[in-house]
Amino acid sequence: MQSQNNPRRFSVARKSFSLALVVAAFAVGGAAQAKTLVYCSEGSPEGFNPALYTAGTTFDASSNNIYNRLVEFERGSTRITPALARSWTVSDDGLEYTFKLRRGVKFHTTKNFTPGRSFNADDVIYSFNRQLNKNHPYHNVSGGSYEYFNGMGMPDLISRIVRVDSYTVRFVLSKPEAPFIANLGMDFASILSAEYAAAMLKAGTPERVDLDPVGTGPFQLVAYQKDAVIRYKAHPGYWAGRAPIDNLVFAITPDSSVRYQKLKAGECHVMPYPNPADLQAMDSDSEINLLRQEGLNVGYLAFNTMKKPFDDKRVRQALNMAVNKGAIIDVVFQGAGKPAKNPIPPTIWSYNEAIQDYPYDPQRARQLLREAGAANLKTNIWAMPVQRPYNPNARRMAELIQADWAKVGVEAEIVSFEWGEYLKRSKEGEHQTVLLGWTGDNGDPDNFLYVLLGCDAATGANRARWCYKPFDDLLREAKQTSDIAVRTRLYEQAQVIFKEQAPWVTIAHSVWFQPVRREVVDFRIDPFGGHLFYGVDLR
Amino acid sequence: MLRFFLTRVGLLAPTFLGVTVVAFIFVRLIPGDPVEVMVGEMGISPERHAELLARLGLDLPLWEQYLRYLGGLFQGDLGVSIVTKQPVLHEFFTLLPATLELSFCAITAAILLGLPLGILAATRQGSAFDHTVMASSLAGYSMPIFWWGPLLIILFSGVLGWTPVSGRISLLYFFEPVTGFMLIDSLLSGEPGAFTSALGHLILPTIVLGTIPMAVIARQTRSAMLEVLGEDYVRTARAKGLPASRVIGLHALRNALIPVVTVIGLQVGVLMAGAVLTETIFSWPGIGKWMVDSIFRRDYPSVQGGLLLIAAIVMLVNLIVDLLYGLINPRIRHRN
Amino acid sequence: MSATATLTVTADARRELREFWFYFSENRGAVAGFAVVLAVVLTAVFADFIAPHSPVEQFRDHLLQPPAWQDGGSWTFPLGTDAVGRDMLSRLIHGSQYSLLIGCIVVVLSLTFGVLLGLVAGFSGRAVETVIMRVMDVILSFPSLLLALVLVAILGPSLGNAMIAVAVVILPHFVRLTRASVLAERSREYVTASRVAGAGTPRLMFSTVLPNCMAPLIVQATLSFSTAILDAAALGFLGMGAQPPTPEWGTLLADSRDLILRAWWVVTFPGLMILVTVLSINLMGDGLRDALDPRLKRS
Repeated sequence: MQSQNNPRRFSVARKSFSLALVVAAFAVGGAAQAKTLVYCSEGSPEGFNPALYTAGTTFDASSNNIYNRLVEFERGSTRITPALARSWTVSDDGLEYTFKLRRGVKFHTTKNFTPGRSFNADDVIYSFNRQLNKNHPYHNVSGGSYEYFNGMGMPDLISRIVRVDSYTVRFVLSKPEAPFIANLGMDFASILSAEYAAAMLKAGTPERVDLDPVGTGPFQLVAYQKDAVIRYKAHPGYWAGRAPIDNLVFAITPDSSVRYQKLKAGECHVMPYPNPADLQAMDSDSEINLLRQEGLNVGYLAFNTMKKPFDDKRVRQALNMAVNKGAIIDVVFQGAGKPAKNPIPPTIWSYNEAIQDYPYDPQRARQLLREAGAANLKTNIWAMPVQRPYNPNARRMAELIQADWAKVGVEAEIVSFEWGEYLKRSKEGEHQTVLLGWTGDNGDPDNFLYVLLGCDAATGANRARWCYKPFDDLLREAKQTSDIAVRTRLYEQAQVIFKEQAPWVTIAHSVWFQPVRREVVDFRIDPFGGHLFYGVDLR
Repeated sequence: MLRFFLTRVGLLAPTFLGVTVVAFIFVRLIPGDPVEVMVGEMGISPERHAELLARLGLDLPLWEQYLRYLGGLFQGDLGVSIVTKQPVLHEFFTLLPATLELSFCAITAAILLGLPLGILAATRQGSAFDHTVMASSLAGYSMPIFWWGPLLIILFSGVLGWTPVSGRISLLYFFEPVTGFMLIDSLLSGEPGAFTSALGHLILPTIVLGTIPMAVIARQTRSAMLEVLGEDYVRTARAKGLPASRVIGLHALRNALIPVVTVIGLQVGVLMAGAVLTETIFSWPGIGKWMVDSIFRRDYPSVQGGLLLIAAIVMLVNLIVDLLYGLINPRIRHRN
Repeated sequence: MSATATLTVTADARRELREFWFYFSENRGAVAGFAVVLAVVLTAVFADFIAPHSPVEQFRDHLLQPPAWQDGGSWTFPLGTDAVGRDMLSRLIHGSQYSLLIGCIVVVLSLTFGVLLGLVAGFSGRAVETVIMRVMDVILSFPSLLLALVLVAILGPSLGNAMIAVAVVILPHFVRLTRASVLAERSREYVTASRVAGAGTPRLMFSTVLPNCMAPLIVQATLSFSTAILDAAALGFLGMGAQPPTPEWGTLLADSRDLILRAWWVVTFPGLMILVTVLSINLMGDGLRDALDPRLKRS
């Protein structure tokens, strides 16, 4: 408590040093007294309440480091582990989830707020009711749009939340939903302090809750200067043990070559999103460890199956065979990707290894097209205007596909719109074929298959507008049970149907690269694309 | 004088109203849907989409949106950023000091260098010095600063390692911002070395942003001086045997400064445009970079508010220059 | 009679031209600038013949090859290659077409509309004049690049739209200049004389007054030419101008920003081309002003 917001901590060791010396000393790992890890982040967070926003920069700055959830994903994997909930039980009808909460969990003490009690059921109820209940006094604070909560269908799913006792909470659902537990590990489900919220409401400044965050997580916010820097210190009373590093600094550096420059100079220890052009140099630099892991994502080309001739599965299969995925991986991903055969990435459970992808076979493709009466097809390929983790250069990808299809007599025009327009128009089905992709939210196969290919989404996120009963039935059945073995079998079957029906050309799963300096110990790539610093140490 | 002042301000009112209309309409014309950009691939149901648009006030008829916006404007309310959910005015004034600090340093450097160079070049018209100054100022005037910046970074940060790559101050220093001006705050913090660090981070951006104003000021000073030096009263003073330094210092310079002041005032708009590029190059957390980001993120209220406030600053500075000009030069005052 | 009139006009023009060239050629900088501009124009016109390679052909075996005089370079690619193996020299040569095109189109657009609006403002009643001039004030209240950026955001990023945006941004200078010249000329005797002689307003505008305002407009047009190239390149640099793989110089720069430390040549040469071209045009503009100015003073 004494060290609260103490600016001198950062500067003890460098009185009377010249600037150059200071930078040099800093480069070899900071002062001896305090371990400070610097992360060159790619942008400013939108804010510090993860429920309100959708950007990765926000989650890194908030949920990933200053908050906890009832359940969490084990660092570096998609496996669920208990966090603020010690354990949970599910009723036989799959409608009631009862959580036993951890005792003695301390909230952060900040300059605005000194917690008077430990974490309990009230905090859970506050955190969810704020998003769920339109009449909640906090519902409209700070813009009050909870896009992830809504996007995951929570308002319809959760019928009520019951406080059984101080350390027991029960969620009552309106229908069985097996991925529910995984959803509670997502950023929007972070637990905020109800006591702090009440105090701020009383003081007439409820928006402070979202600006000066108070959480239970391993780090607490010290200061934020927009577009420049975010400073954290380790939460001394963290329930899982104090973090090995003392201070965490986000140096906001939007330009990736500048980030690399700073990493080389030792001005930061970890950087996200390296330039593909720099990967080779990073790999050969002995000062830098280049970590890599397959991302939880898929890049695809969806056929609009409501439009002719893409309602004919032979046409879709033929165009699958006409695409040379190897060339795309080389040229577009520059090796940082893996050809995809399933709509879910191999890092997710129930990934069906047995599936055979369509071979690259222009001749067979031509023949199939002739059979379907679509020999001289004229169509379009929509290419995204932005760079995404699952597709670093959609335009170039489209050019390659265009050339491949031309070889089987299909003439395709490349179309592009501004990103917001692109999303909207493709959702409305104006395209014939569209390039898009998806990064998983919670590591559940349902989060790919049902969200992207289910009948409910056929006029929304399902850009293939593909509603196929046998496939959809399997997905619905898998939602009903929480038995992983049963669900795995159902999803494996669904992937067989998907491949045979070919509503997409599954293109690639990208590989994440994460350069960290040599002195960084035990940094793990988060499959969800976040950056978590609890458990990371400096040598 | 009061009459002069009132006419100038009166002229400004319709222009300002025009600026509000332009900022409003432009921003509505930018294609793309902020709600869609916000939710990304996840998508959003049509009902929810409509609800969010309504919350942002984007579902109303245009004229009603405009009236609301104008009404808010008079209460100092420029709306709330779609991205950060923070008031635009607050965001703007958080970032403004960084831009002001940089612009101030740039224009000061430009005056301190450009003015003497221009004067010296004028007094030695036709000399090698004059030609060098003229050539380099024309080169400065023609400089693509988005190239000049990276070039200086390669040389001074990359090869020589003299200056930091980006940012406003070394991360080692940490103190609460008091004024928002890093040079002042670093002094107030009392931390040894902080001021030097802040200064070191300012050098390259100042050079890059100051290049064009310096070139313009040097050229303008030279030609104003030449004109004045050719006038009868200066020739008379010279013929009377006054020393050259006195003629230049007392008579010529004072009169030559009048048009130069105007030019310096006009550089404010140039600085703001330059700030967009300079801040992007050096990751400088100011309003230029914020505007670019907001445009790319379709953050309507921020783009709209930013355009308006920046235009207001430019207009204000032009007004001040105008008034100063009228103060120095009575002929102007009475012309209208 | 008309034949003799034409004769005197051409003789006049020839004499004026000779006089102009006399003043212009006195200024060595201006002549040098003119020479460089001429060279750039020739390069642009004959780009297809001069360039050793196609500007878009990718030599996959020669990625980021340095210029010929450095280790690892070869004379096949005198200025090296870019990230996907395209020849830098050929891209720069073809890029000159875009820069000149941008300059020409922007200047023609804003000159045409600027002169028209300026003439209308100068000749019409107070109401119309006020509206036009206030609108110009509004445009001038926004920093030029920022306004251009927003305009391109509205129209969509492309080379054509970037040119329109830049043309709008520099328009007010032409309007103000034309109006000021018109106001100055309107009270002169020759205008009053032709009005008395029964000339209508359009005739007064275009045949009587406009030719006498040409000198400052020509100078302004030259200077705007360089501004246009710079601003369009800046838009390209921010990703809002010409789109890759167009070899426009600003876009080349933006494209290779991430290579700044690995391959100096992909960043240095495009910027140098912009600087040299803009500098030459400005030198030429200075010379033009000096050469046209004495005539203005005498008239």
